[in-house]
Amino acid sequence: MYDMKALYEANTVKEAVKLRLEHPEAQIIAGGSDVLIQMREGKRAGKELISIYMIDEMRGVKLDGEEAIRIGSLTSFSHITKDPIIQKYINVLGEAVDMVGGPQIRNIATIGGNTCNGVTSADSASTLFAWDAIIELTGPEGIRRIPISDFYIKAGTVDIREGELQTAVIIPKKSYEGYKGHYIKYANRNAMDIATTGCSVNVKLSEDKKTVEDIRIAYGVAGPIPMRTKSAENLAKGQPVSKELAEAFGKEVLADINPRDSWRASKDFRKHVAVEMATRCFIESVKLSGGEIE
Amino acid sequence: MTAQYKLVKCTINGKYTETMVDVRASLTDMLRDDYRLTSVKKGCEVGECGACNVIIDHECYNSCIYLAVWADGKEIKTLESLMGPNGELSDIQQAFIDEAAVQCGFCTPGFIMSAVEILESGKEYTRDELRKLMSGHLCRCTGYENILNAVEKTMLRRLGKLPS
Repeated sequence: MYDMKALYEANTVKEAVKLRLEHPEAQIIAGGSDVLIQMREGKRAGKELISIYMIDEMRGVKLDGEEAIRIGSLTSFSHITKDPIIQKYINVLGEAVDMVGGPQIRNIATIGGNTCNGVTSADSASTLFAWDAIIELTGPEGIRRIPISDFYIKAGTVDIREGELQTAVIIPKKSYEGYKGHYIKYANRNAMDIATTGCSVNVKLSEDKKTVEDIRIAYGVAGPIPMRTKSAENLAKGQPVSKELAEAFGKEVLADINPRDSWRASKDFRKHVAVEMATRCFIESVKLSGGEIE
Repeated sequence: MTAQYKLVKCTINGKYTETMVDVRASLTDMLRDDYRLTSVKKGCEVGECGACNVIIDHECYNSCIYLAVWADGKEIKTLESLMGPNGELSDIQQAFIDEAAVQCGFCTPGFIMSAVEILESGKEYTRDELRKLMSGHLCRCTGYENILNAVEKTMLRRLGKLPS
């Protein structure tokens, strides 16, 4: 038995908004792979829960009228990995979320839960930062859409207001068209581990595949919330593709990142790994885009 | 809290069932306490060890971090569904015995349910892919090689690539 005060169940988004207003103290539970564990550990014991897990309208991946990829917030990681739209346009997201936990966790854990937790190590979050994802929130006043970088406020806190819930994660067409990406998760073991550091890069090359037209790089666990490294992006943009550029790009991330010492890894180690990750992600993304690099 | 209950209607091991459950119950609690399906083990209870793994609508879940009320309308399969009417073991269960993939046995039902999901996909996986697909479980006695042998051999037998 879980130590919960009460459970309210929503079957539609409308019901969920109503329940949110009626019970402002209640915690939303999506798949529960974080909330229930924290409840078991005593951190969220005695709380009221609003379960949104049964809201089927919030599941699945589709392309909307403007060819933006719309991922319902309750879509599980395994369904994201297997989804043909994800595989075709933003395969790196499918690969990143395939590194979360183990198979059973990936069947229950949802992308909305992962981002709403506000945790820097979330494998989906850093990858979504690198895709310039838009977070869709539905509340009593209707729908609000904000860039994912504005969604994260501080460690463990995201911009979800009274009566709101996150209903979708959207990748606009301009964010993915022509881009290829790569994600590296550094952890002590392959399964059931949290990222020591995660790095996601995606690249758009010029038509002749010789120049970096655009590049985005984001980290998990390089700061209190997932973050982009604009200095490295600016350094590589417009430059000819080369091994030297990959290395300079890697070193430049140090201008922006600020990882911390924790029991998982020291600050210095994280910085060391971050440089190597950026370089490798750059090389791999260029190769995936059809570019040549030693 | 004042007790809060909900009627949960679902299919368990092919049989339609209804029961009133406490909303605070996990699916492990419901399967063990209300239905006496004791193959569903209580291990870590935080979704790490996989001992409580069951199949819900053809996908594996750790039932310890799955609320019992979510089972409403679902089709659930536990290890008990694998045996024949006279207690005959299924091929995957027999393979665990043949390959000495069982020692204390506590993790075995969970492992086997993951194996069932893999086998029911009808696909052939490499050893590395199998290792990843079976990675949501902890076993403290046999080590994992014998378990992987059992799953791999059963997969190949079902695909006609090994004599049965």
